[in-house]
Amino acid sequence: MAKLKNPKVFAYRRENGRVGIRNHVVILPLDDLSNSACEKVAYNVKGTKAIPHAYGRLQFGKDLELFFRTMIGTGANPNVAAVVVIGIEPDWTNRIVEGIAKTGKPVAGFSIERFGEFKTVEMACWKAKEFVQWASELRRESVDLKEIWVSVKCGESDTTSGLASNPTVGNAIEKLVAMGATTSFGETSEITGAEMVCKERAANRKVGEQFMATFNAYQKMIDDNKTDDLSGSQPTKGNIRGGLTTIEEKAFGNLQKIGKKANYVGVLDKAEAPTGPGLWFMDTSSAAAEAVTLWAAAGFVAHFFPTGQGNIIGNPIEPVIKLTANPLTAKTMSEHVDYDCSAILRGEMTLDQSGDNLLQMLIRTCNGRLTAQEVLGHEEFVLTKLYESA
Amino acid sequence: MIQFLVHEEADNVGVATVDIKAGETAKGLYMDSQKKVQVKAQQDIPLGHKIALVKFKKDDSVIKYGHDIGRIVADIKVGEHVHIHNLKTRRW
Repeated sequence: MAKLKNPKVFAYRRENGRVGIRNHVVILPLDDLSNSACEKVAYNVKGTKAIPHAYGRLQFGKDLELFFRTMIGTGANPNVAAVVVIGIEPDWTNRIVEGIAKTGKPVAGFSIERFGEFKTVEMACWKAKEFVQWASELRRESVDLKEIWVSVKCGESDTTSGLASNPTVGNAIEKLVAMGATTSFGETSEITGAEMVCKERAANRKVGEQFMATFNAYQKMIDDNKTDDLSGSQPTKGNIRGGLTTIEEKAFGNLQKIGKKANYVGVLDKAEAPTGPGLWFMDTSSAAAEAVTLWAAAGFVAHFFPTGQGNIIGNPIEPVIKLTANPLTAKTMSEHVDYDCSAILRGEMTLDQSGDNLLQMLIRTCNGRLTAQEVLGHEEFVLTKLYESA
Repeated sequence: MIQFLVHEEADNVGVATVDIKAGETAKGLYMDSQKKVQVKAQQDIPLGHKIALVKFKKDDSVIKYGHDIGRIVADIKVGEHVHIHNLKTRRW
């Protein structure tokens, strides 16, 4: 790892000191009703990006708090240079504007009531044009790789995930943590079967207890809502056909993504930003788009996504670097794959080499290489909803 | 070319990286130490499935990733297929 001892990348230093690897100007809807206006602005003003979504009306309590944390966090993410927020009414619109403004980045809000959509779109277009021309003159500068916050989550796993692509991510994460980087894993429900070992991977007893409390709460939610016994569906029939046997085996394969040595320093709520370097556990669903949306909202700027059978997820603001060790997936779905690590299965590459290769792909992505997901336009922005709206 | 991988030295099963045929002497590799290992396959081991590196008796633990992934419910000889017919979770 000598050649990667203190790697540098070219990235954008934001007003609050954080580092981003993309320079998006986002047109962010407060609510489902404002998607249309945002898309009209993004059509008119080239170089901007609308992020439509399905919610933002009549949410309440913890679900509403999570909604605002996710929306504000998305705008605040260092991959975003500036934000135009559009909502149906001014109060909640301003709440998002004010939350994003704390980062110091340019942000402006518009609301549709008492103006109508045409007038709102026109006003928002003028502001978006100003922001995008300003952002286009920002320049990348040299920063340490350790300033890049990286999240990890797998999807459509098979036996090649546990064998090679997840351990490759684990190897890279260990190296990033050793450099002093900020990283995160999650997928609370998928840890089932390895929760006691995961608890022991906490940096101290208190954090381990926090993890168990989070894990147990998620288990209770599943138990309260399930309509059949999950013991019959975990591992799945497909998992078993692929060679997996017990839920423990599946869970340990999943846990390979955090490597063998790194300890997590804290437990984060959904979309909550970490407060220091190291590996963090975030309480997330195991559904890919929901989980990556939460990490992007927490401020993570790049994601490692190992897949077996070929999950094709992306995110509008956090580039998703996809790797697979399944030679069939690498061949038949190559347009989705950034890094093919199937050489491990042939005994032709070590995990250490593979981890280095993944870090090289991270460095290239930071420096501007578009991921497969970005080129294909996979921008699955999916809000996590805790319960029904009022 | 290898036919199976073993995650760690502590593991007592390997994972087939190709379809292994009964009677073949399969070549394996430890992923942590890069040590080589050979096992004569007693049964067909499909890609992704596990091959026994040691003899197992009922109630023994199967170790993979250096961790206990379940208990043996039927005796297994070296080179046999370890799967849901002879390995069960300790959870349920």
